[in-house]
Amino acid sequence: MATRLPATDVVIVGLGWTGSILAHELAEAGMRVVAIERGPWRDTPTDFPPSYAQDELRYAIRHDLFLRPAQTTLTFRNNANQSALPVRTWGSFLLPNGVGGGGVHWNGQTWRFLPSDFTLQSHLTERYGKNFLPPDMTIQDWGVTYDELEPHYDKFEYLCGTSGIAGNLKGQRQDGGNPFEGARSRPYPTPAQKQPYGPTLFAQAAREMGYSPFAQPSGNLSEGYTNPLGVTLGPCTYCGFCERHGCGNYSKASPQTTILPALIRQPSFEARTNCEVTRINMDAQGKRATGVTYVDTDGQEMEQPADLVLLCAFQMFNVQLLLLSGIGKPYDPRSGEGVIGRNYSYQVTSSVQAFFDDKVFNPYIASGAIGMCIDEFNGDNFDHGPHGFVGGGYMGMVQPNARPILATIVPPGTPSWGAKWKSAVKDNYLSAIAPSTHGSCYSYRDAYLDLDPAYKDRFGRPLIRLTFDYHENEHKMSAFLTDRLAEIVQKMGPRQIVKAPRSGTYSMVPYQTTHTCGGAIMGSDPKTSALNTYLQSWDVPNLFVMGASAFPQNAGYNPTGTVAALAYRAADAIRTQYMKNPGPLVHA
Amino acid sequence: MRISAKTLFGAALLAVLAMATPVRADQDPQEFEVIQRGRYLATAGDCTACHTTPGEPLFAGGRAIDTPFGKLLAPNITPDGATGIGNWSDDDFVRSLQVGTGRGGVHLYPAMPYTYYTKVTRADALAIRAYLNTVQPIRHEVHSNQLPFPLNQRVAMLGWNMLFFTPGEFRPVAGKSEAWNRGAYLVEGLEHCGACHTGKNVLGGDQRARGLQGNDLQGWFAPNLTGDQRRGIGGWSEDAIASYLKYGWNDVATASGPMAEVITDSTSHLTDADLHAIAAYLHDQPPGGGGSGQAVSASEPAMRTGQAIYVDQCAACHTAEGGGIVGLFPSLRAPSIQQAQPTSLIRVVLAGARSVATDGAPTGPGMPSFGWKLTDEQVADVLTYIRNSWGNLAPVVGSGDVRHQRQSLAQGDGE
Repeated sequence: MATRLPATDVVIVGLGWTGSILAHELAEAGMRVVAIERGPWRDTPTDFPPSYAQDELRYAIRHDLFLRPAQTTLTFRNNANQSALPVRTWGSFLLPNGVGGGGVHWNGQTWRFLPSDFTLQSHLTERYGKNFLPPDMTIQDWGVTYDELEPHYDKFEYLCGTSGIAGNLKGQRQDGGNPFEGARSRPYPTPAQKQPYGPTLFAQAAREMGYSPFAQPSGNLSEGYTNPLGVTLGPCTYCGFCERHGCGNYSKASPQTTILPALIRQPSFEARTNCEVTRINMDAQGKRATGVTYVDTDGQEMEQPADLVLLCAFQMFNVQLLLLSGIGKPYDPRSGEGVIGRNYSYQVTSSVQAFFDDKVFNPYIASGAIGMCIDEFNGDNFDHGPHGFVGGGYMGMVQPNARPILATIVPPGTPSWGAKWKSAVKDNYLSAIAPSTHGSCYSYRDAYLDLDPAYKDRFGRPLIRLTFDYHENEHKMSAFLTDRLAEIVQKMGPRQIVKAPRSGTYSMVPYQTTHTCGGAIMGSDPKTSALNTYLQSWDVPNLFVMGASAFPQNAGYNPTGTVAALAYRAADAIRTQYMKNPGPLVHA
Repeated sequence: MRISAKTLFGAALLAVLAMATPVRADQDPQEFEVIQRGRYLATAGDCTACHTTPGEPLFAGGRAIDTPFGKLLAPNITPDGATGIGNWSDDDFVRSLQVGTGRGGVHLYPAMPYTYYTKVTRADALAIRAYLNTVQPIRHEVHSNQLPFPLNQRVAMLGWNMLFFTPGEFRPVAGKSEAWNRGAYLVEGLEHCGACHTGKNVLGGDQRARGLQGNDLQGWFAPNLTGDQRRGIGGWSEDAIASYLKYGWNDVATASGPMAEVITDSTSHLTDADLHAIAAYLHDQPPGGGGSGQAVSASEPAMRTGQAIYVDQCAACHTAEGGGIVGLFPSLRAPSIQQAQPTSLIRVVLAGARSVATDGAPTGPGMPSFGWKLTDEQVADVLTYIRNSWGNLAPVVGSGDVRHQRQSLAQGDGE
């Protein structure tokens, strides 16, 4: 029998980026906020101090900061004809855990989506005709426009101190920035990071080919910065231990370095760590959430009543909690009806390795988000008519790290261990690069999440089951992007290049990206979306669901900027509309 | 975890009242304004630092105060009749601040800084009393005197007082500004800065000739606050001093250790006017206790080893030239680096430290421990390098100093 705790105004499930943003915005507005986090409390000087943060074995290989599959995991299959099996070691993506969530161990690549990304279905249909899209593709408009999100992107970037060069200020093109981006109301809060040799050469080659290279917007700061909450970040030292690691130097924007120091001073905020929410509780009519039930490390079951429930867990765990709590109609891939689990999408990445004889790149001078990129082949920035696919991505020479275990590039034919491998690493470490493409992944009728019929977690709850494979459209897109990238890389003058477009069946094993999306998507129609455009559940108005689970499909950019902008927009709607008049913010 | 913080409303109210209320001898102890002024003054006096055990009720006492002579427990000063000070007369209370005696004339030990509080006016003392009368009475018996014989004989304090104690309320100094005099009243009285920052003689009395020139205590070195340019704060502007006390940092310094507690519990709650008054007074202190001589030569082996360690372990945050990042990583080209004793520096390198977080500057950055990865010799060398680079000048740090402090930390001293 769960112990029933005193009621609070707001309960937040998960204290990562979105949980921290919502907690701060709502506590500041005077609401009593309880955040419940499955993992531990984490802070820079105690959990990843600079005296040992640069430990690839501990963090990158042994997954120190990630969720333990023994605590919970998912099952996976490529298609509905297979039996899904549980993931017991992380591979394709690395699921976060603990305070700060994925914001602790991301690379800091802080993008905005293109204006046309938000009206994708109607935009592509209008430009290319309905028959141009594959029949089983289920892309949708988001129901929100870039212009509506712009102030919230801006707020997040000024929270983080993001480093970059604007390409479009209030409609005016800016030299050095991304000419394709939507209009910004302000410049980036800090200048772009300095670029090492590899990205500099790439930009030169791209420019000579008529492209417009620009510095990737970075959450690893170019200079010291104090954000509007009074929290100070330091300049990046280019150590290259960003992704998979916490930043010991207070340089990478994370909840720890931007929000939590201010949040923990809010008297109406409380966090309970190492407590795992097992379900959202509903009233007898199933119309209203009454709070959540969670289990602490002693196995004690607690019920936390609340007026407002905010699901801020990682994408697929949001979906799992909705399904376990009986909220919303589960998606059925046979009929295409239902919304919870619908439109799972991912990210389609590829690379071109290049080996040089006469260049020394010093690749260890790295930062999770430095690099020079081009955006000519992202979204619908180019005419897809002749190519027979939709979607695209940015590409560039990004230099996130050259760590000794995972980032040793060797030419094809090199043995994977032994003296010859060592010799090849020695010969190529300083003179090889791996520019990459970062492509969109659109949604399909047969890519979805549901509850696994066989495998259960330690509480006896069904695991979330992922059914996903790549489609021809994405394969064509990846081949096209990789070819364009290879042309630029070739111009840099390598001895040898190796193109690695994304091809074949999706595999859960090699790491690709942690950008899993969809499953509780936003939109304008309750028949095809779980949430309205304020991320409020259509079915349960006092429940909001944050995160990339709301993406109807994924764009050719890293998702964190958009996840945070949507969270700020939801927080603003809760503060200015919902608090005055609790109830549906949109009437379908 | 629940984070308790003073509400903005309370702090703002406190600030307004503290500035607005004139001193009146016939004040009504039940009057709201008197009580609120008392609360502000109790904050300025940082009564809570000793009289509240962390996590326990306000002012209920029992917190151990380590002195060079043994342990004392801070008494319960809630209005509980049996175990607190509820049955004390107003005169008993005023005498405890002004002459260092408790109820019935019993002598207090100078861990209670009556040698400073004696400067507090009777009206202010009564305002503090008025405030203390309003806090929750807590029944909590505290046996303060844990000292060994013969130090546990309180009558001995009679002689100590004759030697080291000059009672008397603060008298404004003619010719100095009102702000200067207010600053002097606070620094020499309620804030009792010298209790930590002035060196002590063998009997624990202040070495008055070396006032505010710095002092080793509790495993830290409370730095020089005189006008000395190198070791003191002679190079700081009044704004820099006020910023340090309000936010915990300025362009060269960041507070940690015991000063972080002082800022959290006391100075960050003072009005800007009072902070600038303190700054005006401190800024006017003559230099004293400055070092002399030559910096250690960069070619010395210790300096070369120290530089190599610095580049590997320290420069990422504190920057290659030691300038740090304002508001985050303290500058190492600072007075605190060049103190006569390297106690705080050794401690911070061995055990790490957390900078204070305040409402105005909530970051609270931390420095990790390096005790597990640097030997005594390496800690000594890197500190010698830091203390003698970029224009710094200070005595060499010996590995014996580091060893000594490592042992102290292992024994839990000064925790």
